[in-house]
Amino acid sequence: MSTTLTASRGRLGESVARPDGVPKVRGQFAFSSDLFAEGMLWGHILRSPHPAAVIRGIDVAAALRIPGVKAVLTSEDVPGRKTYGLDYPDQPVFAWEVVRHQGEPIAAVAADHPETARRAAAAIVVDYEPTEPLTDPMRAIGAEPIHPLGNVLYRQKIRRGDPAATGAVVVEGYYETGMQDQAPLGPESGLAIPAEDGGIELYVATQWLHVDQDQIAACLDLPLDKVRVHLAGVGGAFGAREDLSMQVQISLLALRTQRPVKIVYDREESFLGHVHRHPAYMWYRHHADVEGRLVKVEARIVLDGGAYQSSSLAVTVNAACFAPGPYRVPNAVVEAVSARTNNPPCGAMRGFGATQANFAYEAQMDKLAVALGLDPIALRLKNALRRGDKLITGQVLRGATPVAEVITTCAGAPLPPGGPATVADLLLPGGTGRTAARGRVRRGVGFALGIKNLMFSGGYDDYSEARCRLEDGVATITCAAVEVGQGFVTLAQQTAREVLGVDEVILAPAGTVGIASAGSTSASRQTWMSGGAVQAACLAVRQRLFASVSARYGVAKEALEIIEGRVVSFDGEIDLPIAASTPGEVLEETVTYRHAPTFELDENGQGDNNVSFAFAAHRAVVDVDLDLGLVRVVEITTSQDVGRVLNPVQLVGQVEGGIAQGVGLALMEEIVVDNGRVRNPSFTDYVIPTALDMPPVHIAAFIEQPEPGSPMGAKGAGEPPLVSSASAIVAAVRAATGLDLNRAPVRPQDIALAGTASVERPPEQDIAEVLP
Amino acid sequence: MSEFVDYQLKVNGVFHDVADAWLGESLLYVLRERLGLPGSKNACIQGECGSCSVLLDGKLVCSCLVLAASALDCDIVTVEGLCPEDDGLSDIQAAFLAEGGVQCGFCTPGFIVSVHDLLSRNPEPTDLEVREAVSGNLCRCTGYGRILAAVRSVQQARRQ
Repeated sequence: MSTTLTASRGRLGESVARPDGVPKVRGQFAFSSDLFAEGMLWGHILRSPHPAAVIRGIDVAAALRIPGVKAVLTSEDVPGRKTYGLDYPDQPVFAWEVVRHQGEPIAAVAADHPETARRAAAAIVVDYEPTEPLTDPMRAIGAEPIHPLGNVLYRQKIRRGDPAATGAVVVEGYYETGMQDQAPLGPESGLAIPAEDGGIELYVATQWLHVDQDQIAACLDLPLDKVRVHLAGVGGAFGAREDLSMQVQISLLALRTQRPVKIVYDREESFLGHVHRHPAYMWYRHHADVEGRLVKVEARIVLDGGAYQSSSLAVTVNAACFAPGPYRVPNAVVEAVSARTNNPPCGAMRGFGATQANFAYEAQMDKLAVALGLDPIALRLKNALRRGDKLITGQVLRGATPVAEVITTCAGAPLPPGGPATVADLLLPGGTGRTAARGRVRRGVGFALGIKNLMFSGGYDDYSEARCRLEDGVATITCAAVEVGQGFVTLAQQTAREVLGVDEVILAPAGTVGIASAGSTSASRQTWMSGGAVQAACLAVRQRLFASVSARYGVAKEALEIIEGRVVSFDGEIDLPIAASTPGEVLEETVTYRHAPTFELDENGQGDNNVSFAFAAHRAVVDVDLDLGLVRVVEITTSQDVGRVLNPVQLVGQVEGGIAQGVGLALMEEIVVDNGRVRNPSFTDYVIPTALDMPPVHIAAFIEQPEPGSPMGAKGAGEPPLVSSASAIVAAVRAATGLDLNRAPVRPQDIALAGTASVERPPEQDIAEVLP
Repeated sequence: MSEFVDYQLKVNGVFHDVADAWLGESLLYVLRERLGLPGSKNACIQGECGSCSVLLDGKLVCSCLVLAASALDCDIVTVEGLCPEDDGLSDIQAAFLAEGGVQCGFCTPGFIVSVHDLLSRNPEPTDLEVREAVSGNLCRCTGYGRILAAVRSVQQARRQ
């Protein structure tokens, strides 16, 4: 009954098994919450129960008196900058004077047992004067600032063509998407160890080691080389780990106590302690000619950034740039604003900005199809972007633009047979017993198309560094790219094997020591960026190898090739195993990879601010119980524009996993915020899809059109599966019910109580007032 | 704190002394922090995600919901106890790896335990029975497709 893994060469294009897979299935992989050090203390963070308050005083005396407590720290104990932030340091390590969101850190405790640390935190007396929280992002834009930097986090306007242009057919709509949580299963956690040089060794789960290091060092008032950040095993991320969580607080505790300190959040603290997807409030007006060609798109988008800046800039720019979606639009008037409120801070989540806008523009396209009397697929095909077309930023699409291909392959796939009349009892919405009446279950089919930019944009100097060392036929790769589960470690090995022909590839631990930044594991960028860096470093070593063999054997290095793990010359004179080709030599090269430069948008939102784009189509089939408002997703079909498939099984994993988060966004996942307070910070009440909720996913096509400029021809594939999957599901629910459903997630009451007064309809006039 | 006790737990067939432990510690905490068995994971500590799944006298439980000091006379099996002794992989573990059922891996040990439990009770589950059996295990990376494929492949291999 024992099984062996299929032997393969482990090159690009193969379904190579993950190098960290064996320890992961055995339970031996060291995640950030698994770490242990001799003499280690436990840290705990005291957080504000109030979304808005004035802090009149903090008394830690009672906490310090508890036996086993070794340190209690507040803002006064932060030696350096008292704030941090991904783009701008506006977020306090510990709140002082004022609290701006529920869950904001107030103090931190280190003690000899986690329960002692929790009790000590509870013994800290904080004299709060609660104030009225500012929770409406529309109102926040013009309201009294709740932060010295003001309430507008970022504003992006785009003006293209003739703002007065009109079309014969006009459709208008108002849409909302809720506050989704990334909900990575690994809790925020880490281990900080004080170092002999006065610095800190921090083992933590993150998405970007070097930017963590920059922020931590500034707060600790230490030089960069004394803040050594090492990647601990990461239990998923999806954007939640782009911002710091407890990196600074845990380091402060370790430096103060001069003992190792471990912090592990529980799930409630995790919900309160990381950023979420910005809720979006979106007003749209589409103009088309009678043939269905888009004439103009107007969009006003308000994003709730919560209390702090985080990555609101990138989210806002994306929402604006992709406001019309992957369609040819000659005229556009778009404005997106992210507002500061006393709601939980929002930042990066898979598909940032592009996902929110997708929900609105795809609903508009369906609405437009109805108004025109056109088939919605035909309408999309008619307006689909092609290579050489311009986005509303004026950027010309010069890369692979297979929009029509993803549409036709996805829409053309066969539909599942049968329907609610014949489906098994257990497969009805809600399962058997919960469906009111089979005759009141309706099937619907929905379609949605998406666009996502890849990698960093807007003129940011986006780079990744990698080192390759070849010794005795074994390659060692060093790169600070963070493995969050996506499979970069597999790809790095595949790439090294492909270039160098070796079988054994060792991956050095990722950290900030001895290697420069690899950039963040976000924006679908690591396959291209750090894959590109690894490939370039391996190619440089390969050139060194040829030069060395050439010198030793007197053959021209241009005559050498690597075939099946051997260095061979075309004339057959040289035929050596790689391990024996340069005995005693260590060949090492470090290379920095950059993608083509991008540029900031001008005052009209015009400019080449992105380097590459990926497109995806999703078709959803749902069964809806009209009386109970329950939805069962029967099937999702998708086509994805991927450039080149580098590891089929990992690619399928990205697609299925992204779609699962789309199922959540469409139907179940929302952080419910009530007057600034999170009402559902648990997996009991914040519901993510289980194996019973996830339908089969059919991949109609991976469109492989190698992307010019991509080191291996591949595009990033992490985000597109999420960008338009939720929209397709909600479109299917609309088709099944005939309801407008302008909000994701669709809740049971939105269906079952549609048209009754109990369903809130936030006024879209608010947007018109703040973004005239 | 004064609520500290000494006791023994039988984990994976071996008795372990638990010394001077706070009475309120969960089985999950004791396994992870006192016995050096971090394979059982702590994704929610609320009994919702299944990442801490263990077998307690042969029954699948969330170890985060079990008070360690209440498990004194129990036979506890963790993911570490389901690994072959030769450092190899069980057929379930190998299938998870080969089929792509592992991404970040945080849910994986819990899935290994619950799939082991399912297939020992029911060697031929239907697709729906598999989904039902693992519906107490949350995965945020895979969308479950490759995990379900792994279970199917084990079923098929065991049939032969």
